[in-house]
Amino acid sequence: MSGKSTMLRTFRVIVMRDLTLAMRRRTDLLTTLFFFIIVVSLFPLGVGTEKAILRQIAPGIAWVAALLASMLALERLFAGDFQDGTLEQMLLAPQPLSVLVLAKVVAHWLLTGLPLVLIAPLVGLQYDLSAGSLGIMMLALLIGTPTLSLVGAIGAALTLGLRGGGVLLSLLVLPLYIPVLIYGAGAVSASVTSIADTQPYLMLLTGFMIFALVLAPWATAAALRISSE
Amino acid sequence: MLSVSNITCSRGDRTLFRDLSFSVAPGDLLHLKGKNGSGKTTLLRSICGLFLQDSGEIHWNDTSIRNLGEDYFREVVYLGHHNGIKDDLTAEENLTIAAVLDGDETDEKQIRIALERIGLRGYDDLPTRVLSQGQKRRVALARLLLTKSPLWILDEPFTALDTSAIDLLQEIIREHIAADGMIIITTHQEVALTAGHAKQLELGN
Repeated sequence: MSGKSTMLRTFRVIVMRDLTLAMRRRTDLLTTLFFFIIVVSLFPLGVGTEKAILRQIAPGIAWVAALLASMLALERLFAGDFQDGTLEQMLLAPQPLSVLVLAKVVAHWLLTGLPLVLIAPLVGLQYDLSAGSLGIMMLALLIGTPTLSLVGAIGAALTLGLRGGGVLLSLLVLPLYIPVLIYGAGAVSASVTSIADTQPYLMLLTGFMIFALVLAPWATAAALRISSE
Repeated sequence: MLSVSNITCSRGDRTLFRDLSFSVAPGDLLHLKGKNGSGKTTLLRSICGLFLQDSGEIHWNDTSIRNLGEDYFREVVYLGHHNGIKDDLTAEENLTIAAVLDGDETDEKQIRIALERIGLRGYDDLPTRVLSQGQKRRVALARLLLTKSPLWILDEPFTALDTSAIDLLQEIIREHIAADGMIIITTHQEVALTAGHAKQLELGN
């Protein structure tokens, strides 16, 4: 078999492996999702039900909640594989490690990022967002959350096996999430006045994603080699 | 052929071994010995490319393993202290994934044969979480039956195994050496060969 097709096969096997593992441990999956739902639902309870205020804070809250939910799941990205030695086997695979890393990140996004995108409209209803804004929010989350998973993977790899790695991870990764937060929330805010105005925000988010897609797997692979030494 | 020249490894401030040189040719079994903490595992991990030595070179067929990168990993199978299996997956699923990660082509039938030989017939559909320590170790060892890689690096492979499994592993080791394979092993067991050369290396500190 040629190099490229074995690479694709390895990629597919790793994605399926992580999805199967998650299906056998569904609680982990649901924690992230419920965390997002609860955080978003707490704000109307605390701030009050003034529609104008809610509509104004909705984009920021949805995105901050998405960042935190994505953070929450990051720690588990490599920790399990590190503990049982399967990560070591991945480091010794005859495929570029960045391909394996990308497979793990894709699976992680499918399990923690995509559910947030799908649940977002339901959550947005509490904030009295228009249908157009909800659509933009979904789109922005769809483009933005892969960046969160990709960038987060670097942090997860760097803090692997460290004591108190969880806290360190958030200190390391949350600042890197800021651009996604600004433009993600910006897109939703802009959509309140005009849907057409959201285009530059979405373009920038796409740019971030492509940038992360190119660099993050490679950086994560390097970090994993250092952490597992 | 694997050749290690003048490697020095340290963990933290402590130098584990200095200027160590040896080579392993087809049909060789290298038995690493030494006290706890003498650096056996570190040496094995450096040979795998998981740990970067302070100085010295490791060559596979006259090319540095750093330059070979992924091509070298195709030639090596490493079995460390961890079994490298997922508790939530069945033995069969674990082996399918392990074979892909080792770069080997396998099918369901080969995996069933390997599991049968390793003594896990009837356990292939259970998540490995419910298996005993020894049985989990057997799942990990089944990888050796599937792989075509010539160089095996085995770190204490006999731990947690019962006598019949120890005999079986001895037999697998003998077969691999007889087929011109190479093995580097750390163990407190004596490994008797019927073919090939057994070498010993004592790590002192």
